[in-house]
Parts: sequence; structure tokens; C-alpha cells
Amino acid sequence: MAKAKQRVHPLEDLIRTERIPHIWCPGCGVGTVFSACLSAIKQTGIEYRKFTMVSGIGCSGRGAGYARLDSFHTTHGRAIPFATGIKMANPELNVIVFSGDGDLFAIGGNHFIHAARRNMDLTVICINNFIYGMTGGQVAATTPHNAQSATTPYGNPESPFNLPLLAIASGATYVARWTMIHTRDLTDTFAEAMAHRGFSFIEVLSPCPINYVRRNKVKLMDLVKKFQTHTIIRNDADPRDLDLDFEKGVVLGKFVDIDRPTADMLYEEIRRRRAG
Amino acid sequence: MEPKVLTGKHFINGDVACAEGAIAAGCTFFGGYPITPATEVAERMAERLPDVGGTFIQMEDEIAAITSILGAAWTGAKVMTATSGPGFSLMMESVGLAVVTETPCVVVNVQRAGPSTGLPTMGAQADMMQARWGSHGDYEIIAMAPASPQEMFDLTIEAFNLSEKYRVPVFIMSDEVVGHMSEKVVIPEASKIHTVSRVRPVGRKDRFKPYQPLKNGVSPMPAIGDGFNIHVTGLTHDEQGYPVMSVDTQKDMISRLLAKIRNNIEDIIRTEGYLLKDAEMIVVSYGVSARTSYTAVDEARRMGIKAGLLRLITVWPFPDHIIRELARRVKGFVTVEINMGQISREVERCAGANASCCLVGHAGGTIITPDEVINRIKEAV
Repeated sequence: MAKAKQRVHPLEDLIRTERIPHIWCPGCGVGTVFSACLSAIKQTGIEYRKFTMVSGIGCSGRGAGYARLDSFHTTHGRAIPFATGIKMANPELNVIVFSGDGDLFAIGGNHFIHAARRNMDLTVICINNFIYGMTGGQVAATTPHNAQSATTPYGNPESPFNLPLLAIASGATYVARWTMIHTRDLTDTFAEAMAHRGFSFIEVLSPCPINYVRRNKVKLMDLVKKFQTHTIIRNDADPRDLDLDFEKGVVLGKFVDIDRPTADMLYEEIRRRRAG
Repeated sequence: MEPKVLTGKHFINGDVACAEGAIAAGCTFFGGYPITPATEVAERMAERLPDVGGTFIQMEDEIAAITSILGAAWTGAKVMTATSGPGFSLMMESVGLAVVTETPCVVVNVQRAGPSTGLPTMGAQADMMQARWGSHGDYEIIAMAPASPQEMFDLTIEAFNLSEKYRVPVFIMSDEVVGHMSEKVVIPEASKIHTVSRVRPVGRKDRFKPYQPLKNGVSPMPAIGDGFNIHVTGLTHDEQGYPVMSVDTQKDMISRLLAKIRNNIEDIIRTEGYLLKDAEMIVVSYGVSARTSYTAVDEARRMGIKAGLLRLITVWPFPDHIIRELARRVKGFVTVEINMGQISREVERCAGANASCCLVGHAGGTIITPDEVINRIKEAV
């Protein structure tokens, strides 16, 4: 009898399978976004060794540890400056920053705006789950107003960032937003962002089943459903309309895709000028 | 355009000499942030690096400066940053990242008086313990203390060599006075400058373990894109580089990080002795304070006191064995440093009950005069 052919996972060559099972909770969206990211790498057709992935700290920050690429798990908030060093020292590399909202926009917010301003040629993927998941559900710079968290037991008195607006104002040259259920759009967007020369930013909305959803007495599937029913795809939307209000409808799509010389190109120009 | 190595005699300050040392050592990436009195290092690097095919970037703060150089180091580049007290404090968390990921890098601290903003334009040597213990956890690093612009050049090269050899952050613990003083600096021909580069891995890529050490306790280091698919993390990791949250892995990793320095102290530690042979009173000093101490020792000798000087060129790892050996045959140690007692405590620790110990120090802002040292030597005798 012929031996049944073993089926191979289509991303097997890009995953450190020896590290599976991963740490992400059942119902978490990070894995879906991570697969979309790896599928996008595959889709670009670029040799894997030309890619590197850098993460900060947190649940999403564990992404780099599962990618079969040269991958870096750095200090909290510092994935972008670490990636900046890589890109400026070797512009041949495609540098992907895969991290979460707490890491990129609270502790690491300063680095984000400066990398965008410089048009540093990085692909920054931010999984926004509205909370600090790994530390047990504390308020983030993305937690909705009045939401419950471990450190806002009486509701969040603060207001969250509109991340695409921040990215665009800072100078990002590619800005998009999807949710973790939009896996095909995500994959295509990631692939396009990786091919884009300049600072690309993709926000991906994703549920934290344990530390956000449960605490705020919403059902996981209800939130995920809202990703479908309370979202509107509107490319080139006015960035001021991109605040995360599910009642009004959350706008998804590609908001910016422009050409501007990148930091590494401009520095190379200086080298060339000096050399005469 | 100037050549890579500026062979010849120059009249330059210590900060500029440090930058020239870095370029001569093969540094091609500098991530910086302006701060007095270290800014001239960054300015010189900004001027020079594009001409030698390197990259200068001024980051948004010192945290970004140090993390940028760590990223750059993994592309195969030799990297450096330079700062002073407040920036040094900001860099400390990622110094720990450099230690556990074994990323070669050189961090220059042109010390000024602190704490906090302190005396920005005035010198001190009060970050010496921070250099040793500033990041959290147990670790070993290397720190060197140049006493002249010439040594800013020479020791910066040495710092790169040690950093590459042992895959460890190396600190140049300078100070405002040495950083800003201009003196003759002789830069040799490029072929006469000894430089060391990290060992790169060879062999099968699928079997490579990034943290499996060679005989000297250090592992070969690939660059991004070499095809080894390495994972590098600040979490406690095994030889494969993968996180393992266990007491045993923690013990193995920390033991190896300490051992690769502690087992090689003969190769790492450099000191200079002056009139030590028959000395009864030994002045222990480093950096700018060692310069004034030479005069004090000469003066003490004229007074008939058998004084000598032990100048620490490498401050960390501390030369325990040298102090211990001297303590058995001398009356006492006088430690001279611009702080309220840092390295003096290390001298006390090593001297134990075998010799008396005292400190000539102050809170910073100026150098220590020979008279202050002589008076203390006389008291101690």
C-alpha cells in the first residue's frame, strides 16, 4: 500500500516549528496576524535571508521568536530603534517590526514618530488589542475611554490614540488598518508594505480574549463579529475620521501610499556626494 | 576626503581622538545623541563616517542611540555610541540586552559631575560603579579609563578589540577633562594598528547553535543575512538562543557570561606601575586623577616616603589579584578619584586587613591637586 503523503503546512519553512506550541492564548488574534505576515513574506518572492524581524516586549513581541528568519526580541519599546540600526547599517535588508500597541505607542512612542519622520524603510506591524495583555490587562494608550482594565478599575478616564492619524502626521509614507479577520487583505497589505520603500505602518485590530474581552464583559465572538459588522472599508479616508468608534463604524483600508526618499537613500546620497 | 587612518602627529582633544580611534579600529556605525561633554565624539563621527563608508545617525534619545548600535552590530558592523552621565543612565537597560545577547559594542562615557543634570561642563569620575552595576542582574563588562587624548585614541581601539573578541559591551570611562583637553596624539600607520574582528561561524547552517561557545568561552557571531536564521532575545536562553524559563538555563547562561570574562582577566586587564618595587604607600588611580598622582608620588619620594602608583587602565574587571598581592607587602593604599568613594571600596575589599586604605576624592567639578594627594600620603604613613 502506498504511504499516505504527509501534508506540509504552507508556512512550515518560515516557522520555527520546534518552538511550537506558541505562548498565545486560545482565541488570541496574534497568531492569525503572524501567519498573514509570513504569508506576505512568501508572496513577495524575495529570498528569506533578505528579511529580518524585530519585536519588542509583550504578547505580539513574541512574534520574532517564531519566525524562521534572523529574528530579534529586544528591550521593551525599542524594536524600532534596533530595526533602524539594522536598516541603516545594511539597507539591503527588509526589516519588519512586529509588535504590539503598548510596546510601540506607549513606551516606544517617541521612536515611532521619529522613524516615521525619517521615512526609515521599515514595515511596522502593530497588533492593537487595546490592552497590556502579557502583564495581565492594564490600561494602554489604545484602551477605549471608560473601558475596564486592571489599572482602571473605575473605567479608563483617558482617551486612546488614533494610530493612523499619528503615523500620517509623523510622516509615514504607507499607512493602513485592518482587523485580524481580514486575513487576505492583511496578507496583501503586508506584502505591499514590504515592497514599499519607506516607513510603512499597518495597524491590526485584534481581540485579547483573556485580559480585555472578559474583563469588559463582552463576548469574544461578539467583538470579532464587530470587526466585520461595524467596520467600513474606505481607502484614502480622512485620517481625522480614523478614531476607533465601533458605534460610528471603524474605518479600515489603505490611507496613505506615497513616495518620499528614505533615510538610507538620503544618507547614501551624502556618501556619494562626498566621494565626488 | 581624509583617509581612514589619519597617520601622523595631531594636536586634538580627547573626544576627537576617541572618534579617530574608533574609525581606525574599523567602526562603521555610530548612533548618538548630543550631550556635554561627549558631543565632540558624535560631531567627529558625523564628519568622518560617510567618508569611510560608514553611517552616523543622531537618534531621538540615548535609549534609541544604544539600541540602534546593537541592531547595527548584528549586520556585522563594529559600532559605538558616546554619552555622559544622564545619557549613560538612559542606556543602562539596553546595556543588559547587549550583555545577554553578547553583542559587541563600545560605549564611551565622558563623565561629568552628577547626580542628575549636575555640572554638565565640569568633570568627575563618579559613574564608575554605574558602569559596573548600572543594568539589572548579574553580569560582567569591560571598562577602560584613558588618562590622555593619546589614550583616548589607543584605548578606543583596544575597546573595540576586546568587545569583538569577547562579545561584550566595553566602556571607555573618560571624563570631561581628558575629553576636552588638547594634546599631541600620534596616530600610527594603518598597517601598524592591531585590530580584531568577531569570529564568524562556519559549517552547517542548520546545526549551528548561536550560543555554543568555543574554547575561550565565546561563540562565533553570524550577521543578519548569513543564512543561519538565528534568534536573539533578551530572555534567558539556551545555546540555540531560544527562551527557556528555568533555573538551570539561567544558571548556565549567567555562569558562561561571567566566566568568559573572569577566565580571561590576564588577557583583559591592563595596569601600569610606577615606582612600585620598593613602595610602601601605593596610590591607586585612573584617568585624569592618575595624571596628578604621578606628581604627588614624585614629591613624596623627595620627602623620603616610599610611594608608588598603580594606574588602572582597565577598571572593570577589577584587578583583584594585583591589589591582593600588593596588600601583602605594603603599608597602605591611597585611592585617588573624583568621586566620594567608588573604586576605593574595591581597593578596600581586596586589601582586606593586610593594608590600610583611604580615599582622596571630592564631589566633582575639578581635578584633584597633587597637594591633596601628598597630604594624605603623609597622614597615612
